[in-house]
Amino acid sequence: MWQGFAAYLNSNTLPSPETVANVFWQGCVSGQLPFHLGVTLLRLVVSFTIAMLLGCAIGIVLGRNKKLDAFFDNWLVIFLNVPALVTIILCYVWFGLVESAAILAVVINKLPNVIVTIREGTRALDQDLLDMARCYRFGKRKTLVHVIWPQLHPFVMGATRSGLALIWKIILVVELLGRSNGMGYQLHLFFQLFDVASILAYTIAFVAVIQLIELLVLKPLDKKALRWRR
Amino acid sequence: MTDIQININNKTYPTATKPSIANLELSLNSNEFICLVGPSGCGKTTLLNIIAGLDNDYDGEILVGRRHTHPKIGYVFQNPRLLPWRTVRENIELALDRPQPPEVIDALLGAMQLTQAQQVYPERLSLGMSRRVAIIRAFAVDPDVLLMDEPFVSLDAPTARHVRELLLKLWQQRPHTVLFVTHDLREAVALADRLVFLSATPMRAISEIIVPIPRNERNNELAIEAFRQQLLQHHPEIKQLL
Repeated sequence: MWQGFAAYLNSNTLPSPETVANVFWQGCVSGQLPFHLGVTLLRLVVSFTIAMLLGCAIGIVLGRNKKLDAFFDNWLVIFLNVPALVTIILCYVWFGLVESAAILAVVINKLPNVIVTIREGTRALDQDLLDMARCYRFGKRKTLVHVIWPQLHPFVMGATRSGLALIWKIILVVELLGRSNGMGYQLHLFFQLFDVASILAYTIAFVAVIQLIELLVLKPLDKKALRWRR
Repeated sequence: MTDIQININNKTYPTATKPSIANLELSLNSNEFICLVGPSGCGKTTLLNIIAGLDNDYDGEILVGRRHTHPKIGYVFQNPRLLPWRTVRENIELALDRPQPPEVIDALLGAMQLTQAQQVYPERLSLGMSRRVAIIRAFAVDPDVLLMDEPFVSLDAPTARHVRELLLKLWQQRPHTVLFVTHDLREAVALADRLVFLSATPMRAISEIIVPIPRNERNNELAIEAFRQQLLQHHPEIKQLL
């Protein structure tokens, strides 16, 4: 269908799959595409890890502690609703056009999301099982690993999936605004050159990588964690 | 082995107008099997939760030996409360405060006829089997007092009887102080050394009766039924509790 439309329009705005594949191949050979893709992925991994670790910790604490939760609840709603663009610009203005500012901007955008998801999960914990753990003197570590964490698993996976999707969209904007490498920077360049073929080639490469992460990392994790289900 | 003294002067839930438990005194002798019999909703589970340390909002004291301390608890809850994401064996091992040689768990699993099921996840077990796992878990921690909250409720009669016999056999191999809550007088007579009858709210002990049936006669349905009839005849106050 794509091929048909492209042939019919015969314009630069919709290049044929063949052209896109060609651009993709050239990008791979020159090393440009893997380099920028790699830079973006690295930022994704770093900011994702920070946001998930912090978010899980804060989410569990807020879910277990009503007073703290009441205090931070409003702040959370505010941070949830600050537009991504605002945080990014502020981070660059306050901390300069540096890597750490870029990562910080992404983390701030993702963090409230993780906190809210994990907090809901923590609120839904089975009190019967927590009582059992208390009565058998499980202690904090054992309770977290064997009682709380398995119940949070679906929520963590939910935060991971929505997180990956959200973060990579934000990273592109971050790169577009203040970095001189990565996918966002390249896409900005192609936009100015009106190079739709390259835009599509980069997008397809990135979507493929995300699919691979889902297939090779998240699916097996799910399978392992849920093997007790009938 | 320790004797345990339980004195609860008052336990009132924050939203309630009158106390759930008032002036309840209960002494447990070492390795004694005590059945608490009382109408449903009278506060038996509340009492067990207090003893287990899950509910600390009460006026009273629990003495282990002569010390004010929390007794080590093995608790068989009304629903088995096994961790669904851990196997039968892992569920038992997780409750232990220090690692035990595997033979100890093997023996317990054997006594409860669960050797085949030890690597299975709880969702694949029948209710009777899950209850047996919960019983093993409670025995495995070698508790000062074993609390059992109607552990055979909602089992069909033959299954309940089977699990009851396994429980008694296990208890005779490894004697412990047991506090067993039930509202089934026949079950109580079959199991207990001593029966404690509890009143409706506010709950207190109204009579205590030693069961004279020897341990090797506890399988004898006729002896149990005869004693039950005798109880109901001589203690009319019990009738209204059942």
